[in-house]
Amino acid sequence: MSQLHLSSKIGTDDVEKEPTRKGFGRGLKAAGDENEQVVALCADLTDSTQMSLFKEAHPERFVEIGVAEQNLVTVASGMAAMGKIPFTSSYAAFSPGRNWEQIRTTICLNEQPVKIVGSHAGVSVGPDGATHQMLEDIALMRVLPHMVVVVPGDSVEAEKATRAIAMNGQPSYIRLAREASPIFTTEQTPFELGKAYVLRDGKDITLFGTGIMTYECLVAADVLASHGIDAEVVHVPTIKPLDEETILASVKKTGCAVSVEEAQVAGGFGGALAELFTRDHPVQLRRLGMQDRFGESGAPNELLEHFKLTGPHIAEEAKNVLGK
Amino acid sequence: MSGQLTIPQLEHKAIVVREDIIRMLEHAGSGHSAGPLGLADIFTALYFDIMKHDPKNPDWPDRDIMVLSNGHCVPVRYATMAEAGYFPVEELKTLRKLGSRLQGHPERTRLPGMENTSGPLGSGLSQASGMAYVMKFIDKQPHRWVYTVMGDGELNEGNIWEAAMFAGKNKLHNLIGIIDRNNIQIDGNTEDVMPLEDLRGKWESFGLHVQEIDGNNIESIIDACSMARAIVEKPSVIIAHTVPGKGVPFMEYDYHWHGMPPNSEQAKDALKKLRTLDGKIKGEHE
Repeated sequence: MSQLHLSSKIGTDDVEKEPTRKGFGRGLKAAGDENEQVVALCADLTDSTQMSLFKEAHPERFVEIGVAEQNLVTVASGMAAMGKIPFTSSYAAFSPGRNWEQIRTTICLNEQPVKIVGSHAGVSVGPDGATHQMLEDIALMRVLPHMVVVVPGDSVEAEKATRAIAMNGQPSYIRLAREASPIFTTEQTPFELGKAYVLRDGKDITLFGTGIMTYECLVAADVLASHGIDAEVVHVPTIKPLDEETILASVKKTGCAVSVEEAQVAGGFGGALAELFTRDHPVQLRRLGMQDRFGESGAPNELLEHFKLTGPHIAEEAKNVLGK
Repeated sequence: MSGQLTIPQLEHKAIVVREDIIRMLEHAGSGHSAGPLGLADIFTALYFDIMKHDPKNPDWPDRDIMVLSNGHCVPVRYATMAEAGYFPVEELKTLRKLGSRLQGHPERTRLPGMENTSGPLGSGLSQASGMAYVMKFIDKQPHRWVYTVMGDGELNEGNIWEAAMFAGKNKLHNLIGIIDRNNIQIDGNTEDVMPLEDLRGKWESFGLHVQEIDGNNIESIIDACSMARAIVEKPSVIIAHTVPGKGVPFMEYDYHWHGMPPNSEQAKDALKKLRTLDGKIKGEHE
């Protein structure tokens, strides 16, 4: 859709790739340049969570916490009480994996605008294996009152999302991936917290994607088109609050849907959609993602293939839903 | 609020705070008795002498901050705040009732002057460290102090020791931790449940300045906080030995009163004991 200014290279071999965490790193530095209340705290992973750009630009506002994720978010809670906007980063398996109660009590119930940055989420982490492939973070963060949950689709959007949560005044979780993934948006593509975007119009079925899975939905739509199926693709970078209006309008038109995420579908993105449809507009929904199991070691692309989270597999599931 | 009352006046104020605690717990029908009674002298000293604060302007940007880590002891904070003028003493009767600003465990967003939300143990020292870090290194406010009151049982939590490493590393001299060393926790005596000693040695090895005092002696509390403020190269921790249930003889030293309120007969008896210092003087409001 032209007003979304999507990349012209979608679906080609020339599509550029970059990890979403890179975009976060640029966004955090920009947020720090724009607002001197922004501070950054890291649990011994400054380079790999891409906080190093901020650290170089604003060393006086960067705090090294060491390998102590409970302290990471509670020190941040105290800093937020002093008027700061703290970004805390680690791998998602450790934060929010290890420190959920501290996030619940000292950030969400305490209503402090701390930002939880969970990097290296999903099976696409690859060879590190199941311990490091965080799959339950969307569910853990989504159930917390006051928490905003964002899963950017590519590195360009991650930069915009980071700057947006710096200014939203709320506890917020941003989920990032380790591996380079295709860039399908551009600098001109709009991004607003709480908005879903119809990337491709269709009438037969809706493919809902979040995070790096949205690109795979775009690939799936091309495959489906070659079979005469007109799929709509809706990108949902904000899982909470959910853009109910855009999502419901799509399924009211298409009548059925597939959701795709690199996380547990139970309680995750698919869970959020199922709750919405059950309440307002029951439709058939096939939820793709991790089905109550852990990941394992392997190359990132190999794992996405193994767990059937690539365009051709998504297209196959869509055809099953349509009975074709 | 500093230095307006004499030591005998402060000691009397602590008795009034204890009476408030007994009345509010009896009225609530649930809650913790022993900890709040044991902490009454520390809270009275903090709110009526040590801390710089303004009950009529709870968000005063130059105020000292007190973080309550062991949220279950909040009745003592509510009672002291009410006596200091943050809200009417009458409101203490709403403790733990539906719609009250005085939740069973404290919630910052409900009550002006409540600096943090707590209940789950072990996170107060970290929050206080974050505040002290901002004051020391980012906003550069050398005239402000952060106090945090912790229980001894909650020192079982790993989060506390993560915070101790952080405070020690950054030499947060403007951070003063006060440990309510009453030797009880829910399952029994602290040294039976999970031994804490050598407690002084533990804190010293993390790089903190340690004092041990009688936590039921108001003058000692004031002096120890003055000393802590004078230590410029290290954060401080004050191990305040207190008597759980202090002031009410049938509650003193008995861990069964950790999580129990008095019934009306026990409350009547407790109030009488408080007013007469256990029969040593004639109660002045009798």
